[in-house]
Amino acid sequence: MNDGVNGVALGVFIFFFLAVTVMGFLAARWRKAENEQTLDEWGLGGRSFGTWVTWFLLGGDLYTAYTFVAVPAAIYAAGAMGFFAVPYTILIYPLIFTFLPRLWSVSHKHGYVTTSDFVRGRWGSKSLSLAVAVTGILATMPYIALQLVGIQAVLDVMGVGGGENTNWFIKDLPLLIAFGVLAAYTYSSGLRAPALIAFVKDTLIYIVIAVAIIYIPIKLGGFDEIFAKASEAYSQPNPATGAPRGALVPAEAGQWTYATLALGSALALFMYPHSITATLSSKSREVIRRNTTILPLYSLMLGLLALLGFMAIAAGVQVANGQLAIPQLFENMFPAWFAGVAFAAIGIGALVPAAIMSIAAANLFTRNIYKDFIKPDATPEQETKVSKLVSLLVKVGALVFVLTMDKTVAINFQLLGGIWILQTFPALVGGLFTRWFHRWALLAGWAVGMLYGTIAAYGVASPTQKHFGGSSKEIPGIGEIGYIGLTAFVLNVVVTVILTFVLKAAKAPEGVDETSPEDYTADAGDAGVKTELPKVGAGH
Amino acid sequence: MSQVPEAGRGTVTPVRVVIALCLVAPFVAMLWVGSYAKTDPEFAGIPFFYWYQMLWVVIATALTMIAYKLWQRDQRARREGPGR
Repeated sequence: MNDGVNGVALGVFIFFFLAVTVMGFLAARWRKAENEQTLDEWGLGGRSFGTWVTWFLLGGDLYTAYTFVAVPAAIYAAGAMGFFAVPYTILIYPLIFTFLPRLWSVSHKHGYVTTSDFVRGRWGSKSLSLAVAVTGILATMPYIALQLVGIQAVLDVMGVGGGENTNWFIKDLPLLIAFGVLAAYTYSSGLRAPALIAFVKDTLIYIVIAVAIIYIPIKLGGFDEIFAKASEAYSQPNPATGAPRGALVPAEAGQWTYATLALGSALALFMYPHSITATLSSKSREVIRRNTTILPLYSLMLGLLALLGFMAIAAGVQVANGQLAIPQLFENMFPAWFAGVAFAAIGIGALVPAAIMSIAAANLFTRNIYKDFIKPDATPEQETKVSKLVSLLVKVGALVFVLTMDKTVAINFQLLGGIWILQTFPALVGGLFTRWFHRWALLAGWAVGMLYGTIAAYGVASPTQKHFGGSSKEIPGIGEIGYIGLTAFVLNVVVTVILTFVLKAAKAPEGVDETSPEDYTADAGDAGVKTELPKVGAGH
Repeated sequence: MSQVPEAGRGTVTPVRVVIALCLVAPFVAMLWVGSYAKTDPEFAGIPFFYWYQMLWVVIATALTMIAYKLWQRDQRARREGPGR
């Protein structure tokens, strides 16, 4: 790695970092509401965001620093397989077009802040709601930790992270400062902070990608040259396995894996609490539908970004840790000041999702564990206070995770998190369209999916790891290699359907459904759809 | 108002079929990996596999946009229809 500190790049990085810090604190005053002490204000930005703010917020939220680092890193390591991120993000939009507006409507009508709120209201089952909440929190924690990994990668390449022999405190100090600042403004401004910072983040990212995709190929002699070099590199045998390192197109055997990864990931994305938080903060149903037509701009960007993985190979970037490939490429190819801009883009790209994720996890804890099980009569002020504190705890937890454990642990858990979160799909999306399922069957299906997914993932070995070596495995009964999360999901649905028949035949008690069919199509302006919670008003 | 979702559920109109097709098409195209897992023809030096999927980002966006417009029109027609 680089020995010296890249002074110019670091200066630019610090400049942008300070700028967003100021913005983060000022965000509390942006679109300020009369009553700040409710979860709707702190945790959902007052449910007031229009099309563009929602676009920036969702983009800033879903396309994380880790994505920027990991997707090209996967291409750098193995070629075509890493590109599944593109079909994955293509499939997201038709999906959310069909179900998110319904979730928005029912959530506004009943004042739901989290997906678990909805699950409890729809199925009348606190245990199912708890299962969804715990899954959400478990899946989000390692995701936050990975945002830190993204910042670390950038700091490493800039030469501030220090070498192996520096004192751990000095080594981790920049990361500690970044996170301390992040925690402070999230605490004070809530969801408004990442919403405002997302503007800076996305603008920087778009500029960097646009420049990179034109400037780097010119320096490397065009795409012909880049792909020729990459193809050659992939054909070299991997010293550990003896097989070629990768390929430019997936081989016959890899096509199932490619398709199931894309589909499974697309189904899972909007089960994550942070995606839902950003969605529910929008001010109308239309905002969401309109966003599905403009969000794909990010997919295009992601596709271009993925191509940087090939450029890293062609540019002769040699890193032991694939995560460093792209920051190193920027460092090698760009003038120092622009490398600083690129690093700032990645660094800020970590702060936005980390803030939203910690808010989402905190909301889940507050609404579905604290309020449902510990203190049912909590006032809105108390809810907000608990949420703010938990958002701090979640971040400290993620920090401890990254500092004390090997990076691969965070990556393994994030992989598991994706498999786990997909298991909440039947209760959530199923519930948006039908009440046919039985609540106990959903719970059982969830448990089976979680169990199968965890065991299957544990059993995957790779040349470097004995367990959690990857996210795909042979699909029982089909024999092809597919994404474990999707297999677990199918199992989950099968169990749910069969048990629903059984439980209905046995006349097991159904929960009380507090929603009615027209709640799912209600829009802002309709009777009963307000920006504030009716319950919150009563608590004052 | 409460009648609307009920009435809207069961009826299959040509417009709704088109909306459904627009939303399903990207799944068929992207999950059928065999149809695009090849390097030729290249475009500006980029293998087919990559530029084809990037092209689908644009196609899928256009299809979603059409679905959105048709849906809006469908909703408006329904609201202005009988019962309101």
